[in-house]
Amino acid sequence: MSSQETTLVVGAGHAGAELVAALRQQQYSGRIILVGDEPQLPYRRPPLSKAYLSGEVDRDSLLIRSAAAYDALQVECLTGVAVRAIDRLGHRVLLDDGRYLEYSKLVLATGGRPRRLADPAADKPNVHYIRTLADIDRLRHDLAFAQRLLVIGGGYIGLEAAAVGVKHGLQVTVLEAAPRLLARVAAPEISAFFERAHRARGVDVRTGVSVESFSGTERVESVRLSDGDQLPVDMIVVGIGILPNVELALEAGLEVDNGIVVDSHAQTSVDPDILAIGDCAKHLNGFLCKFVRIESVPSAQEQAKTAAATLCGRFVPHTAVPWFWSDQFNLKLQMVGMSEGYDQLVLRGDPANESFSAFYLRDGVVLSVDAINRPQDFMVAKRLVAERIKVEPHQLADESVPLKSLLSSV
Amino acid sequence: MPKVIFIDSADVRHTIEAAPGRSLMQVAVDNMVPGIDGECGGACSCATCHVYVEPDWQERLPPRSSDESFMLEGAVAVDERSRLSCQLKMRDEWDGLVLRIPETQG
Repeated sequence: MSSQETTLVVGAGHAGAELVAALRQQQYSGRIILVGDEPQLPYRRPPLSKAYLSGEVDRDSLLIRSAAAYDALQVECLTGVAVRAIDRLGHRVLLDDGRYLEYSKLVLATGGRPRRLADPAADKPNVHYIRTLADIDRLRHDLAFAQRLLVIGGGYIGLEAAAVGVKHGLQVTVLEAAPRLLARVAAPEISAFFERAHRARGVDVRTGVSVESFSGTERVESVRLSDGDQLPVDMIVVGIGILPNVELALEAGLEVDNGIVVDSHAQTSVDPDILAIGDCAKHLNGFLCKFVRIESVPSAQEQAKTAAATLCGRFVPHTAVPWFWSDQFNLKLQMVGMSEGYDQLVLRGDPANESFSAFYLRDGVVLSVDAINRPQDFMVAKRLVAERIKVEPHQLADESVPLKSLLSSV
Repeated sequence: MPKVIFIDSADVRHTIEAAPGRSLMQVAVDNMVPGIDGECGGACSCATCHVYVEPDWQERLPPRSSDESFMLEGAVAVDERSRLSCQLKMRDEWDGLVLRIPETQG
């Protein structure tokens, strides 16, 4: 590797931040430039909808690394600058301030943006999205004055926002267009648990219902629902999914299919000098044996490590087991694996106690686990999933059988 | 500023200034101490910041919270010295604290 080489990273989120550190950790000696369109150095996004929104942690504690740490790593951070276009033949990118930056290797870590409501009301000042610090600073201001919060979307972001709303003393309604909460990601039993838990804490959960129309001039003042109901609102939080930021890649002629398509080494199929990682990357995961796009910090970090190895000339395929977490009220939810294709759900513990784990099995093999207030189960669950352990369902459900004992049962 | 000493799985000592109030996971991440990933950012959800506290220091630290205990219960290579460094916020009186990183986090 020549020290004249330059790796240019576009996107200063979790993936980009991890990549620049991993490159140095793996002895990369070239120049490293990290370009991000937000004004801050890379910060942690998960607390935005949790501890930061509820005011438990301050801005500084969100930074993934201090400014001094990037200096020590000899990483040049360009914040508040967007990349306009990629010139693949010239091996350079055009910045929105008119400058060009040359690269030897380009890593796209462009992340995603919230899917917006199609209605023009989406632009009104009391309609909020959750992705960036700026989003939250705007949202927190409204939160301090509002009494009625409407959450559109019953996924993790929406449910976390609902929990913070309740904590702030707001009257909260959650609308989910699908027949149940968390419909895309969890078993019906888990959806039912979260619906009960939110209701028990005062959230008005309405499933199978969507917004028909918004009214109000300056701000949205009320909404009419698909079931005919009319709801007055002071503020709205929209959590209806993330769209991957693939425009740069598309315009550069890279393969895009709900994400920038990359192999298990994070390299794009069209141009080996361009890699993609994180929320924007549809990557080949060697553990799942398929192309997936995963919106999760641990996955972004693992993809970054894979890309760092590739850039250092060591080709180590990406085989990480995806995992996720969510905090709502006093409920600590930890999930590992992907449940797609499960044929049996086994519960360990009683959901009524708000402390239990759900194991998704296929042919007796643990595909994924949702642990609710069961961190001890979760840590073992990670290993059950990673090692594709085949279990006896009755042992899994029997709390007198230590979970750890199932690890060695095969 | 008080210092904390991380001994990584290759037995390399990293002596690092740690600002009071900052979590020891964050201190390790800021300084690229190998073996401390801090994947969940300090939410006590991943145990990738697991450390061993040297015996003479154990009693000078606050006890484990129930979340921390539960996480450790399921983690790898855990013993009575085990702590999650994200749950330890640096204090002036911890100057010289020695934390060893498990070999499994090499």
